[in-house]
Amino acid sequence: MERHFEQEFQDLQQRLLWMGSLSERAVHKAVHAVLEADEALAEAVLEEEPAINELQIEMDDRITRLLALQQPMAADLRLLIGASRINSDIERIGDQAVNIAQSATRILRHPQVKPYVDLPRMSGLAENMVRDSLNALVKRDVDLANSVMRQDDEVDRLRDQMFRELLTYMMENSAVVFPAFELVLVAKNLERIGDHATNIAEDVIYIVVGRDVRHPALDRR
Amino acid sequence: MSTVPDYAPESKTAQDRKGAPLPTPTPAPGPKLRATNVNFFYGTFQALYDISLDMQEHLVTALIGPSGCGKSTFLRNLNRINDTVRNSRMEGKILLDNEDVREVDVTNLRRRVGMVFQRPNPFPKSIFENIAYGLKINGMAKRSEMRDKVERSLRRAALWDEVKDKLHESAYALSGGQQQRLCIARALAVNPEVLLLDEPCSALDPVSTAKIEELMLQLRSSCTVAIVTHNMQQAARVSDVTAFLLEGKLIECRPTAQLFTNPADPRTEAYITGRFG
Repeated sequence: MERHFEQEFQDLQQRLLWMGSLSERAVHKAVHAVLEADEALAEAVLEEEPAINELQIEMDDRITRLLALQQPMAADLRLLIGASRINSDIERIGDQAVNIAQSATRILRHPQVKPYVDLPRMSGLAENMVRDSLNALVKRDVDLANSVMRQDDEVDRLRDQMFRELLTYMMENSAVVFPAFELVLVAKNLERIGDHATNIAEDVIYIVVGRDVRHPALDRR
Repeated sequence: MSTVPDYAPESKTAQDRKGAPLPTPTPAPGPKLRATNVNFFYGTFQALYDISLDMQEHLVTALIGPSGCGKSTFLRNLNRINDTVRNSRMEGKILLDNEDVREVDVTNLRRRVGMVFQRPNPFPKSIFENIAYGLKINGMAKRSEMRDKVERSLRRAALWDEVKDKLHESAYALSGGQQQRLCIARALAVNPEVLLLDEPCSALDPVSTAKIEELMLQLRSSCTVAIVTHNMQQAARVSDVTAFLLEGKLIECRPTAQLFTNPADPRTEAYITGRFG
Protein backbone atom coordinates (compact mmCIF):
# COMPACT_ATOMS: atom_id res chain seq x y z
CA MET A 1 0.00 0.00 0.00
CA GLU A 2 1.49 3.33 -1.02
CA ARG A 3 0.86 6.03 1.51
CA HIS A 4 0.05 9.64 0.78
CA PHE A 5 3.05 10.88 2.73
CA GLU A 6 5.43 8.96 0.51
CA GLN A 7 4.97 11.67 -2.09
CA GLU A 8 5.99 14.21 0.54
CA PHE A 9 9.08 12.14 1.34
CA GLN A 10 9.90 12.07 -2.38
CA ASP A 11 9.46 15.85 -2.64
CA LEU A 12 11.65 16.34 0.41
CA GLN A 13 14.44 14.31 -1.14
CA GLN A 14 14.11 16.08 -4.49
CA ARG A 15 14.42 19.50 -2.84
CA LEU A 16 17.41 18.29 -0.83
CA LEU A 17 19.11 17.12 -4.02
CA TRP A 18 18.35 20.41 -5.76
CA MET A 19 19.88 22.26 -2.83
CA GLY A 20 22.89 19.92 -3.00
CA SER A 21 23.38 20.60 -6.70
CA LEU A 22 23.28 24.38 -6.06
CA SER A 23 25.99 24.04 -3.42
CA GLU A 24 28.10 21.79 -5.58
CA ARG A 25 27.84 24.25 -8.48
CA ALA A 26 28.75 27.12 -6.13
CA VAL A 27 31.94 25.30 -5.11
CA HIS A 28 32.81 24.67 -8.75
CA LYS A 29 32.28 28.31 -9.71
CA ALA A 30 34.17 29.67 -6.69
CA VAL A 31 37.26 27.56 -7.38
CA HIS A 32 37.14 28.31 -11.10
CA ALA A 33 37.00 32.02 -10.29
CA VAL A 34 40.54 31.48 -8.93
CA LEU A 35 41.72 29.06 -11.62
CA GLU A 36 40.42 31.12 -14.55
CA ALA A 37 40.92 34.52 -12.92
CA ASP A 38 37.24 35.21 -13.54
CA GLU A 39 35.77 37.59 -10.99
CA ALA A 40 32.29 37.32 -12.49
CA LEU A 41 32.17 33.68 -11.35
CA ALA A 42 32.97 34.73 -7.79
CA GLU A 43 30.23 37.33 -7.86
CA ALA A 44 27.76 34.77 -9.16
CA VAL A 45 28.50 32.58 -6.13
CA LEU A 46 27.76 35.46 -3.77
CA GLU A 47 24.53 36.21 -5.61
CA GLU A 48 23.31 32.64 -5.59
CA GLU A 49 24.02 31.82 -1.95
CA PRO A 50 20.75 33.24 -0.53
CA ALA A 51 18.84 30.65 -2.59
CA ILE A 52 20.66 27.88 -0.70
CA ASN A 53 19.89 29.54 2.64
CA GLU A 54 16.22 29.81 1.73
CA LEU A 55 16.18 26.14 0.84
CA GLN A 56 17.71 25.30 4.20
CA ILE A 57 14.84 27.01 6.01
CA GLU A 58 12.31 25.37 3.69
CA MET A 59 13.84 21.94 4.33
CA ASP A 60 13.77 22.46 8.08
CA ASP A 61 10.09 23.41 7.88
CA ARG A 62 9.25 20.38 5.78
CA ILE A 63 11.13 18.02 8.10
CA THR A 64 9.57 19.50 11.24
CA ARG A 65 6.11 19.24 9.70
CA LEU A 66 6.58 15.64 8.63
CA LEU A 67 7.95 14.67 12.05
CA ALA A 68 5.04 16.33 13.85
CA LEU A 69 2.24 15.21 11.56
CA GLN A 70 3.33 11.78 10.36
CA GLN A 71 5.26 10.66 13.43
CA PRO A 72 7.36 8.38 11.25
CA MET A 73 9.04 5.21 12.39
CA ALA A 74 11.95 3.03 11.28
CA ALA A 75 13.31 3.85 7.79
CA ASP A 76 11.02 6.89 7.49
CA LEU A 77 12.26 8.24 10.80
CA ARG A 78 15.89 7.66 9.82
CA LEU A 79 15.33 9.44 6.50
CA LEU A 80 14.00 12.56 8.24
CA ILE A 81 16.76 12.61 10.87
CA GLY A 82 19.37 12.03 8.16
CA ALA A 83 17.83 14.64 5.86
CA SER A 84 17.93 17.15 8.69
CA ARG A 85 21.66 16.59 9.18
CA ILE A 86 22.37 16.56 5.44
CA ASN A 87 20.47 19.84 5.14
CA SER A 88 22.93 21.50 7.55
CA ASP A 89 25.92 20.03 5.76
CA ILE A 90 24.76 21.22 2.35
CA GLU A 91 24.15 24.71 3.67
CA ARG A 92 27.65 24.75 5.16
CA ILE A 93 29.10 23.65 1.82
CA GLY A 94 27.38 26.72 0.33
CA ASP A 95 29.02 28.87 3.02
CA GLN A 96 32.45 27.40 2.23
CA ALA A 97 31.86 28.18 -1.45
CA VAL A 98 31.16 31.79 -0.48
CA ASN A 99 34.39 31.87 1.55
CA ILE A 100 36.31 30.59 -1.47
CA ALA A 101 34.60 33.16 -3.75
CA GLN A 102 35.58 35.97 -1.35
CA SER A 103 39.16 34.70 -1.28
CA ALA A 104 39.04 34.58 -5.08
CA THR A 105 38.20 38.28 -5.41
CA ARG A 106 41.14 39.11 -3.12
CA ILE A 107 43.51 36.72 -4.91
CA LEU A 108 42.66 38.27 -8.27
CA ARG A 109 44.01 41.64 -7.14
CA HIS A 110 47.51 40.11 -7.18
CA PRO A 111 49.66 38.39 -9.78
CA GLN A 112 49.36 34.59 -9.76
CA VAL A 113 51.66 33.13 -7.07
CA LYS A 114 52.34 29.83 -8.83
CA PRO A 115 50.86 27.55 -11.46
CA TYR A 116 47.80 25.83 -10.03
CA VAL A 117 48.39 22.07 -9.95
CA ASP A 118 47.04 20.68 -6.69
CA LEU A 119 44.17 23.16 -6.43
CA PRO A 120 42.16 21.83 -9.41
CA ARG A 121 42.83 18.26 -8.29
CA MET A 122 41.68 19.02 -4.78
CA SER A 123 38.57 20.86 -5.87
CA GLY A 124 37.74 18.12 -8.39
CA LEU A 125 37.95 15.56 -5.59
CA ALA A 126 35.90 17.62 -3.15
CA GLU A 127 33.19 18.30 -5.72
CA ASN A 128 33.18 14.63 -6.63
CA MET A 129 32.72 13.70 -2.98
CA VAL A 130 29.72 16.01 -2.69
CA ARG A 131 28.22 14.58 -5.89
CA ASP A 132 28.85 10.97 -4.88
CA SER A 133 27.42 11.47 -1.41
CA LEU A 134 24.20 12.82 -2.91
CA ASN A 135 24.11 10.03 -5.51
CA ALA A 136 24.53 7.56 -2.66
CA LEU A 137 21.44 9.11 -1.06
CA VAL A 138 19.42 8.78 -4.26
CA LYS A 139 20.47 5.18 -4.86
CA ARG A 140 20.57 4.22 -1.17
CA ASP A 141 24.06 2.97 -2.03
CA VAL A 142 26.16 2.10 1.03
CA ASP A 143 29.21 1.14 -1.06
CA LEU A 144 29.24 4.52 -2.78
CA ALA A 145 28.87 6.25 0.61
CA ASN A 146 31.85 4.26 1.90
CA SER A 147 33.92 5.28 -1.12
CA VAL A 148 33.19 8.95 -0.34
CA MET A 149 34.56 8.45 3.15
CA ARG A 150 37.73 6.92 1.75
CA GLN A 151 38.29 9.85 -0.65
CA ASP A 152 38.46 12.24 2.29
CA ASP A 153 41.98 11.07 3.17
CA GLU A 154 43.23 12.11 -0.25
CA VAL A 155 41.65 15.56 0.13
CA ASP A 156 43.35 15.96 3.51
CA ARG A 157 46.66 14.91 1.96
CA LEU A 158 46.34 17.47 -0.82
CA ARG A 159 45.54 20.20 1.71
CA ASP A 160 48.73 19.39 3.66
CA GLN A 161 50.71 19.41 0.43
CA MET A 162 49.31 22.81 -0.57
CA PHE A 163 50.01 24.22 2.90
CA ARG A 164 53.64 23.09 2.71
CA GLU A 165 54.19 24.40 -0.76
CA LEU A 166 52.54 27.77 -0.16
CA LEU A 167 54.54 28.17 3.03
CA THR A 168 57.80 27.85 1.08
CA TYR A 169 56.60 30.47 -1.41
CA MET A 170 55.77 32.83 1.45
CA MET A 171 59.14 32.26 3.12
CA GLU A 172 61.00 32.92 -0.10
CA ASN A 173 59.15 36.05 -1.09
CA SER A 174 57.17 38.18 1.32
CA ALA A 175 55.49 39.97 -1.59
CA VAL A 176 53.34 36.88 -2.24
CA VAL A 177 52.21 36.44 1.36
CA PHE A 178 48.81 38.03 0.80
CA PRO A 179 47.61 35.93 -2.20
CA ALA A 180 49.39 32.81 -0.91
CA PHE A 181 47.63 33.15 2.42
CA GLU A 182 44.29 33.41 0.62
CA LEU A 183 45.18 30.23 -1.27
CA VAL A 184 45.80 28.53 2.08
CA LEU A 185 42.29 29.56 3.08
CA VAL A 186 40.90 28.16 -0.18
CA ALA A 187 42.60 24.83 0.51
CA LYS A 188 41.25 24.85 4.06
CA ASN A 189 37.71 25.51 2.81
CA LEU A 190 37.95 22.73 0.23
CA GLU A 191 39.10 20.34 2.91
CA ARG A 192 36.07 21.31 5.02
CA ILE A 193 33.81 20.67 2.03
CA GLY A 194 35.26 17.15 1.89
CA ASP A 195 34.40 16.78 5.59
CA HIS A 196 30.81 17.84 4.97
CA ALA A 197 30.53 15.35 2.09
CA THR A 198 31.87 12.70 4.47
CA ASN A 199 29.17 13.64 6.98
CA ILE A 200 26.53 13.28 4.26
CA ALA A 201 27.91 9.84 3.36
CA GLU A 202 27.74 8.81 7.03
CA ASP A 203 24.14 10.00 7.20
CA VAL A 204 23.32 8.00 4.06
CA ILE A 205 24.62 4.86 5.76
CA TYR A 206 22.48 5.68 8.80
CA ILE A 207 19.43 6.19 6.59
CA VAL A 208 19.95 2.96 4.64
CA VAL A 209 21.05 0.47 7.30
CA GLY A 210 20.45 2.28 10.59
CA ARG A 211 24.10 2.08 11.62
CA ASP A 212 25.86 5.12 13.07
CA VAL A 213 29.35 5.10 11.56
CA ARG A 214 30.44 8.49 12.83
CA HIS A 215 33.37 8.50 15.21
CA PRO A 216 34.29 4.82 14.93
CA ALA A 217 36.72 5.15 17.87
CA LEU A 218 33.77 5.52 20.23
CA ASP A 219 32.71 2.26 21.75
CA ARG A 220 29.02 1.93 20.98
CA ARG A 221 26.79 -0.90 21.92
CA MET B 1 59.15 15.11 44.95
CA SER B 2 55.96 13.51 43.81
CA THR B 3 54.69 14.60 40.43
CA VAL B 4 51.17 13.62 41.37
CA PRO B 5 49.15 16.71 42.32
CA ASP B 6 47.24 16.69 45.60
CA TYR B 7 43.89 16.80 43.89
CA ALA B 8 44.53 13.70 41.77
CA PRO B 9 42.26 10.82 42.70
CA GLU B 10 43.86 7.92 44.51
CA SER B 11 45.42 5.39 42.25
CA LYS B 12 43.25 2.33 41.79
CA THR B 13 45.73 -0.12 40.34
CA ALA B 14 45.29 -3.83 40.79
CA GLN B 15 48.06 -3.73 43.39
CA ASP B 16 46.10 -1.28 45.56
CA ARG B 17 43.03 -3.46 45.52
CA LYS B 18 44.90 -6.59 46.47
CA GLY B 19 43.24 -8.39 49.31
CA ALA B 20 39.97 -6.52 48.88
CA PRO B 21 37.06 -8.94 48.64
CA LEU B 22 35.83 -9.54 45.14
CA PRO B 23 32.24 -8.53 44.59
CA THR B 24 30.01 -11.56 44.50
CA PRO B 25 28.45 -11.89 41.08
CA THR B 26 24.69 -11.52 41.24
CA PRO B 27 22.95 -14.13 39.13
CA ALA B 28 20.94 -12.70 36.27
CA PRO B 29 17.30 -12.88 37.33
CA GLY B 30 15.10 -15.18 35.30
CA PRO B 31 12.16 -13.68 33.47
CA LYS B 32 9.06 -12.86 35.49
CA LEU B 33 6.94 -14.45 32.81
CA ARG B 34 8.15 -16.96 30.27
CA ALA B 35 6.01 -18.26 27.43
CA THR B 36 7.43 -21.28 25.65
CA ASN B 37 6.07 -22.63 22.37
CA VAL B 38 2.56 -21.41 23.06
CA ASN B 39 -0.13 -22.47 20.59
CA PHE B 40 -3.70 -21.44 21.17
CA PHE B 41 -6.91 -22.60 19.52
CA TYR B 42 -10.44 -21.24 19.53
CA GLY B 43 -12.18 -24.48 18.54
CA THR B 44 -10.44 -25.44 15.31
CA PHE B 45 -9.10 -21.96 14.64
CA GLN B 46 -5.49 -21.57 15.64
CA ALA B 47 -4.93 -18.06 17.01
CA LEU B 48 -1.34 -18.37 18.24
CA TYR B 49 1.54 -20.25 16.67
CA ASP B 50 4.50 -21.37 18.68
CA ILE B 51 5.07 -18.17 20.61
CA SER B 52 8.07 -18.02 22.91
CA LEU B 53 8.51 -14.76 24.74
CA ASP B 54 10.13 -13.70 28.00
CA MET B 55 8.95 -10.75 30.05
CA GLN B 56 11.58 -9.46 32.43
CA GLU B 57 10.72 -8.21 35.88
CA HIS B 58 10.26 -4.43 36.25
CA LEU B 59 10.07 -3.86 32.53
CA VAL B 60 7.17 -2.76 30.40
CA THR B 61 6.63 -5.06 27.44
CA ALA B 62 4.42 -3.80 24.62
CA LEU B 63 2.63 -6.15 22.25
CA ILE B 64 1.84 -4.58 18.90
CA GLY B 65 0.38 -5.87 15.67
CA PRO B 66 -2.65 -5.49 13.42
CA SER B 67 -6.15 -6.41 14.60
CA GLY B 68 -6.62 -10.13 14.94
CA CYS B 69 -2.89 -10.88 15.18
CA GLY B 70 -3.35 -12.60 18.54
CA LYS B 71 -1.84 -10.05 20.89
CA SER B 72 -4.88 -9.88 23.17
CA THR B 73 -5.26 -13.65 23.02
CA PHE B 74 -1.67 -14.01 24.13
CA LEU B 75 -2.14 -11.52 26.95
CA ARG B 76 -5.28 -13.30 28.12
CA ASN B 77 -3.40 -16.58 28.37
CA LEU B 78 -0.99 -15.09 30.86
CA ASN B 79 -3.59 -14.99 33.64
CA ARG B 80 -5.80 -17.72 32.15
CA ILE B 81 -8.76 -15.48 31.41
CA ASN B 82 -8.98 -17.52 28.20
CA ASP B 83 -9.87 -20.58 30.29
CA THR B 84 -13.40 -19.21 30.36
CA VAL B 85 -13.67 -19.37 26.56
CA ARG B 86 -15.54 -22.49 25.56
CA ASN B 87 -13.73 -24.94 23.26
CA SER B 88 -10.44 -23.11 23.63
CA ARG B 89 -7.19 -24.93 24.13
CA MET B 90 -3.64 -23.88 24.89
CA GLU B 91 -0.50 -25.85 24.18
CA GLY B 92 2.97 -25.02 25.40
CA LYS B 93 3.97 -23.51 28.70
CA ILE B 94 3.61 -20.21 30.48
CA LEU B 95 5.72 -19.81 33.59
CA LEU B 96 5.25 -17.18 36.26
CA ASP B 97 8.38 -17.12 38.41
CA ASN B 98 9.25 -20.53 36.97
CA GLU B 99 5.89 -21.97 37.98
CA ASP B 100 3.41 -23.22 35.38
CA VAL B 101 0.40 -20.90 35.48
CA ARG B 102 -1.85 -23.92 34.94
CA GLU B 103 -0.66 -25.38 38.19
CA VAL B 104 -1.31 -22.25 40.21
CA ASP B 105 -4.71 -21.78 41.86
CA VAL B 106 -6.52 -19.58 39.37
CA THR B 107 -7.82 -17.08 41.94
CA ASN B 108 -4.35 -16.70 43.35
CA LEU B 109 -2.95 -16.39 39.83
CA ARG B 110 -5.31 -13.56 38.94
CA ARG B 111 -4.48 -11.74 42.15
CA ARG B 112 -0.80 -11.94 41.23
CA VAL B 113 -1.44 -11.11 37.57
CA GLY B 114 -3.92 -8.24 37.40
CA MET B 115 -5.67 -7.11 34.26
CA VAL B 116 -7.20 -3.91 32.91
CA PHE B 117 -9.37 -3.98 29.80
CA GLN B 118 -10.04 -1.69 26.90
CA ARG B 119 -13.37 -0.44 28.23
CA PRO B 120 -13.36 0.64 31.86
CA ASN B 121 -15.49 -1.84 33.82
CA PRO B 122 -15.97 -0.52 37.34
CA PHE B 123 -18.34 -2.42 39.63
CA PRO B 124 -21.75 -0.81 40.09
CA LYS B 125 -20.67 0.35 43.49
CA SER B 126 -19.09 3.39 45.09
CA ILE B 127 -15.56 4.45 44.23
CA PHE B 128 -14.42 3.30 47.68
CA GLU B 129 -16.11 -0.10 47.35
CA ASN B 130 -14.54 -0.70 43.96
CA ILE B 131 -11.11 -0.64 45.54
CA ALA B 132 -12.06 -2.19 48.86
CA TYR B 133 -13.72 -5.20 47.23
CA GLY B 134 -10.55 -7.01 46.21
CA LEU B 135 -8.92 -6.27 49.54
CA LYS B 136 -11.89 -7.69 51.40
CA ILE B 137 -12.28 -10.93 49.47
CA ASN B 138 -8.56 -11.53 49.66
CA GLY B 139 -8.54 -10.75 53.37
CA MET B 140 -5.83 -8.22 52.74
CA ALA B 141 -6.98 -5.41 55.01
CA LYS B 142 -8.61 -5.00 58.37
CA ARG B 143 -11.46 -2.55 58.61
CA SER B 144 -9.19 -0.03 60.28
CA GLU B 145 -6.60 -0.26 57.49
CA MET B 146 -9.07 -0.20 54.66
CA ARG B 147 -9.26 3.55 54.19
CA ASP B 148 -5.47 3.91 54.06
CA LYS B 149 -5.13 1.12 51.55
CA VAL B 150 -7.86 2.51 49.34
CA GLU B 151 -6.21 5.92 49.44
CA ARG B 152 -2.82 4.46 48.57
CA SER B 153 -4.19 2.60 45.54
CA LEU B 154 -6.00 5.69 44.32
CA ARG B 155 -2.87 7.74 44.76
CA ARG B 156 -0.79 5.20 42.81
CA ALA B 157 -3.30 5.43 39.99
CA ALA B 158 -3.08 9.26 40.07
CA LEU B 159 -6.79 9.50 40.84
CA TRP B 160 -6.87 10.41 44.52
CA ASP B 161 -6.95 14.18 44.18
CA GLU B 162 -9.89 14.02 41.81
CA VAL B 163 -12.05 11.69 43.89
CA LYS B 164 -11.05 12.19 47.53
CA ASP B 165 -14.18 14.24 48.28
CA LYS B 166 -16.62 11.83 46.67
CA LEU B 167 -15.38 8.38 47.60
CA HIS B 168 -18.88 7.14 48.35
CA GLU B 169 -20.42 8.28 45.11
CA SER B 170 -21.05 5.78 42.33
CA ALA B 171 -18.06 4.87 40.20
CA TYR B 172 -20.32 5.37 37.18
CA ALA B 173 -20.37 9.09 37.89
CA LEU B 174 -16.70 9.32 36.91
CA SER B 175 -15.46 10.23 33.44
CA GLY B 176 -14.11 7.48 31.16
CA GLY B 177 -10.51 8.35 31.93
CA GLN B 178 -11.22 8.42 35.66
CA GLN B 179 -13.06 5.09 35.45
CA GLN B 180 -10.08 3.56 33.69
CA ARG B 181 -7.73 4.82 36.36
CA LEU B 182 -10.15 3.48 38.97
CA CYS B 183 -9.90 0.06 37.34
CA ILE B 184 -6.12 0.34 37.47
CA ALA B 185 -6.33 1.38 41.12
CA ARG B 186 -8.59 -1.62 41.76
CA ALA B 187 -6.05 -3.91 40.11
CA LEU B 188 -3.19 -2.35 42.05
CA ALA B 189 -4.98 -2.62 45.41
CA VAL B 190 -4.18 -6.32 45.74
CA ASN B 191 -0.48 -5.75 44.98
CA PRO B 192 -0.20 -7.66 41.72
CA GLU B 193 3.24 -8.72 40.58
CA VAL B 194 2.25 -8.40 36.95
CA LEU B 195 -0.22 -6.00 35.39
CA LEU B 196 -1.73 -6.81 32.00
CA LEU B 197 -3.22 -3.87 30.11
CA ASP B 198 -5.32 -4.58 27.04
CA GLU B 199 -5.66 -1.35 25.05
CA PRO B 200 -6.12 0.64 28.26
CA CYS B 201 -6.17 4.05 26.58
CA SER B 202 -8.07 3.43 23.37
CA ALA B 203 -11.24 5.07 24.67
CA LEU B 204 -9.51 7.94 26.46
CA ASP B 205 -8.64 11.54 25.64
CA PRO B 206 -4.97 12.64 25.45
CA VAL B 207 -4.93 14.03 29.00
CA SER B 208 -6.19 10.79 30.54
CA THR B 209 -3.88 8.84 28.24
CA ALA B 210 -0.90 10.87 29.41
CA LYS B 211 -1.82 10.17 33.04
CA ILE B 212 -2.05 6.45 32.44
CA GLU B 213 1.22 6.43 30.53
CA GLU B 214 2.93 8.23 33.41
CA LEU B 215 1.44 5.65 35.72
CA MET B 216 2.83 2.79 33.66
CA LEU B 217 6.32 4.28 33.85
CA GLN B 218 6.01 4.61 37.62
CA LEU B 219 4.64 1.09 38.00
CA ARG B 220 7.85 -0.39 36.70
CA SER B 221 9.44 -0.08 40.13
CA SER B 222 6.87 -2.41 41.70
CA CYS B 223 5.37 -4.41 38.85
CA THR B 224 6.05 -6.13 35.59
CA VAL B 225 3.77 -4.64 32.96
CA ALA B 226 2.54 -6.00 29.64
CA ILE B 227 0.48 -3.73 27.42
CA VAL B 228 -1.38 -4.43 24.22
CA THR B 229 -1.76 -1.30 22.14
CA HIS B 230 -2.62 -0.20 18.65
CA ASN B 231 -0.99 3.11 19.30
CA MET B 232 2.62 2.72 18.27
CA GLN B 233 3.65 6.08 19.66
CA GLN B 234 2.28 4.88 22.97
CA ALA B 235 4.25 1.64 22.77
CA ALA B 236 7.33 3.71 21.92
CA ARG B 237 6.78 6.07 24.85
CA VAL B 238 6.05 3.64 27.66
CA SER B 239 7.65 0.30 26.90
CA ASP B 240 11.15 -1.08 27.35
CA VAL B 241 10.65 -4.04 25.06
CA THR B 242 8.29 -4.35 22.12
CA ALA B 243 7.03 -7.55 20.53
CA PHE B 244 5.47 -7.50 17.07
CA LEU B 245 2.90 -10.18 16.30
CA LEU B 246 1.41 -10.99 12.92
CA GLU B 247 -1.16 -13.65 12.11
CA GLY B 248 -0.63 -15.34 15.44
CA LYS B 249 3.16 -15.50 15.14
CA LEU B 250 5.80 -13.57 17.01
CA ILE B 251 7.79 -11.81 14.29
CA GLU B 252 10.24 -9.83 16.35
CA CYS B 253 10.86 -8.88 19.97
CA ARG B 254 13.53 -6.28 20.72
CA PRO B 255 14.32 -3.28 22.92
CA THR B 256 11.73 -0.67 21.99
CA ALA B 257 14.15 1.98 20.78
CA GLN B 258 15.75 -0.51 18.40
CA LEU B 259 12.49 -1.88 17.09
CA PHE B 260 11.14 1.56 16.24
CA THR B 261 14.31 2.98 14.70
CA ASN B 262 15.77 -0.06 13.00
CA PRO B 263 13.55 -3.14 12.96
CA ALA B 264 15.17 -6.37 11.82
CA ASP B 265 12.24 -7.88 9.96
CA PRO B 266 10.78 -6.23 6.83
CA ARG B 267 7.27 -7.12 8.03
CA THR B 268 7.84 -5.12 11.22
CA GLU B 269 9.17 -2.25 9.13
CA ALA B 270 6.10 -2.35 6.87
CA TYR B 271 3.76 -2.37 9.85
CA ILE B 272 5.31 0.40 11.91
CA THR B 273 5.79 2.68 8.91
CA GLY B 274 2.14 2.21 7.96
CA ARG B 275 2.85 0.44 4.64
CA PHE B 276 1.33 -2.80 5.73
CA GLY B 277 -0.78 -4.86 3.38
